[in-house]
Amino acid sequence: MDNIIVVKDLVKKFKEVTAVNGISFEVPRGEVFAFLGPNGAGKSTTIKMLTTILDKTSGHITLNGFDPEKNREDVRKSFGIVFQDHSLDDDLTAYENMEFHAALYNVTTANNVRQHRIEEMMKFVELWDRKDSMVKTFSGGMKRRLEIARGLLHHPKILFLDEPTLGLDPQTRNHVWEYLKEINKNENMTIFFTTHYMEEAEKIADKISVIDHGDIIATGTAEDLKKQTSTETLEDAFLALTGKNIRENEATGLDGLRSDSKMWRRH
Amino acid sequence: MQAAYILWLRQVKKYYRSKSRVIGSLGQPLLFLLAFGFGFGSIYQKAENGNYLEFLAPGIILMSVLFTALFSGIEIIWDKQFGFLKETLVAPVPRINIMLGRTLGGATVATIQGAIVFLLAMLFGFRPQNISMVFIAFVFVFLAALLFTSVGTIIASKMDDMQGFQLIMNFLVMPTFFLSGALFPLSGLPPIMKTFIQFNPLTYAVDGVRGTLTNVFAFSPLTDFAVLAVVTCILLLLGSYFFEKIQA
Repeated sequence: MDNIIVVKDLVKKFKEVTAVNGISFEVPRGEVFAFLGPNGAGKSTTIKMLTTILDKTSGHITLNGFDPEKNREDVRKSFGIVFQDHSLDDDLTAYENMEFHAALYNVTTANNVRQHRIEEMMKFVELWDRKDSMVKTFSGGMKRRLEIARGLLHHPKILFLDEPTLGLDPQTRNHVWEYLKEINKNENMTIFFTTHYMEEAEKIADKISVIDHGDIIATGTAEDLKKQTSTETLEDAFLALTGKNIRENEATGLDGLRSDSKMWRRH
Repeated sequence: MQAAYILWLRQVKKYYRSKSRVIGSLGQPLLFLLAFGFGFGSIYQKAENGNYLEFLAPGIILMSVLFTALFSGIEIIWDKQFGFLKETLVAPVPRINIMLGRTLGGATVATIQGAIVFLLAMLFGFRPQNISMVFIAFVFVFLAALLFTSVGTIIASKMDDMQGFQLIMNFLVMPTFFLSGALFPLSGLPPIMKTFIQFNPLTYAVDGVRGTLTNVFAFSPLTDFAVLAVVTCILLLLGSYFFEKIQA
C-alpha cells in the first residue's frame, strides 16, 4: 500500500514560538485519517504546510508524490480542502461559487463536462434546487455542504477538512459524514480531517494521530488509543493523553478582526 | 488565463450587483462638481481663467477613479477576513494570474465609475472640445485605474485588518487627490507644493484627461502617458511581488 502523505521531521517556527516540533507520520492512500489535538496544538499549522499555504521551517513533506514547496501546482491539483472558517463568496450565487472553483482548477468545459460535474456535486450535497440563491442567504450547514461539494469538484486525491462539522447540528454532521464516507469508498479518496468531536473521530477514522504542543504523542486506531491509556472512550483517552488543562491560545490580528468582521460586512 | 478571467468577472459582477455601492460612490463627485464647480466658478471666471467646470470635471472624474481603484485593491483585506482569499491561494494557478485578474477587474470597475462621473459632468454642462478624443482620455483613465488598484493591492497584501484604514485615507488618498492639480491650476504655486505635485502620478492622469478633453495641457500627452505607463508597470510588478508573499 502506498502512502499519499509522508511527513518527516516537520518543523514550523514563528519567530520564538515552535508551532510544530519535528513531527513524522504517514497516511496510506484511501485512508480516513483523523488529526486530533487541543486548541493551539499545531493541527491547523500542519494542514497549512501540507496544503502549500505556509512554508515549513525544516523537514520533508511528500503529498501524492510531490513536494508542496517545489511542485506547488501539482500538490494543489491533488487535494481539495474545506477550511476551518467560511471561505465562500457570499455575494455570489451557489452555482457561481462552484463555477469559480471549476475555472480555477481548469475543469474542462468540453462536452459540458464542467456543468455536469457541478450539477452532480450540488445534487450530491442536495443543494441543486438552491443553485441560484446568493450564498449569504444560506444557513451554516448549507454553506458547509456547498464547501464540501466545491472541494470535491476537481476529483481530488485527498480531501482536507479542518473541523468541518464545527457549529453544525447533529443531523447535518451526520449527513456530512455520510457524503464523505461514500466518496471515500467509491473513489478511494483519502480524507484527512481534524475535529474536536471525539465520537466523530472514533466512528469515522481508520487511524488517529494525537498532536499536542507541536509533537505527535500517540497514533493508532481508536481501539489502540483506548487500550494504550486504559480508558473506555476516545474522549477519556484524549484527555489522558493531553491533560485536562484548558489551552490559552493568543489570537492573531486576523482572528481578532474576523470576530468583529460582521460589523464591516457590506451589501 | 482562465483564472484571471474568472477573477475579473467576479469583480465586475459584484460591482453591478451592489446598486447601493454604485449610487453611494457617486455622492462625493456629485457634491464636488456642485459645490466647487458652481461655488468657485464665478471667482475662477473673474480671474479670467475661463470656465471652472471645464477645468474641474477631469479632476473629479479622476477623483472617483482614484477612490474606486484604491478600494478595489484594498478589498483583498475583506477577502482575507471572510476567508475567500484562501480559496484562491490554494488553487493550482500562478499567483500572478490571480493578482492580474483582480487588478484588471478593479481597474475596469474604476473606469466604469469614471465614465459615469463623465456623463454626470456632461449633465451639468461639461462639453469635451472634441468628442473623438474621449476615447484617448479614457486610455489615461484606465491607466490611472490600473495604477491605483495596484497601490491598493500592495497595501492590502501588507495589512491584516482595516485598522490602518483612516491612516491611508488621511495620509495617502486625500493628499494624492488635493496635490494633483485636480482642483486648481499648477501655475503660481509655492515651489515646495509644486515639487510634491510633480511626484504625484495622479497629476499626470489629470493632465492627460484634461488635455485630451479640453485641449489645455500642463505637460504634454506623451509625458503624461510615459509617466503613467512606467509607474503603472512598476506598481504592477511590486503588487504581484507582495501578493506572491501572502501567507494565510
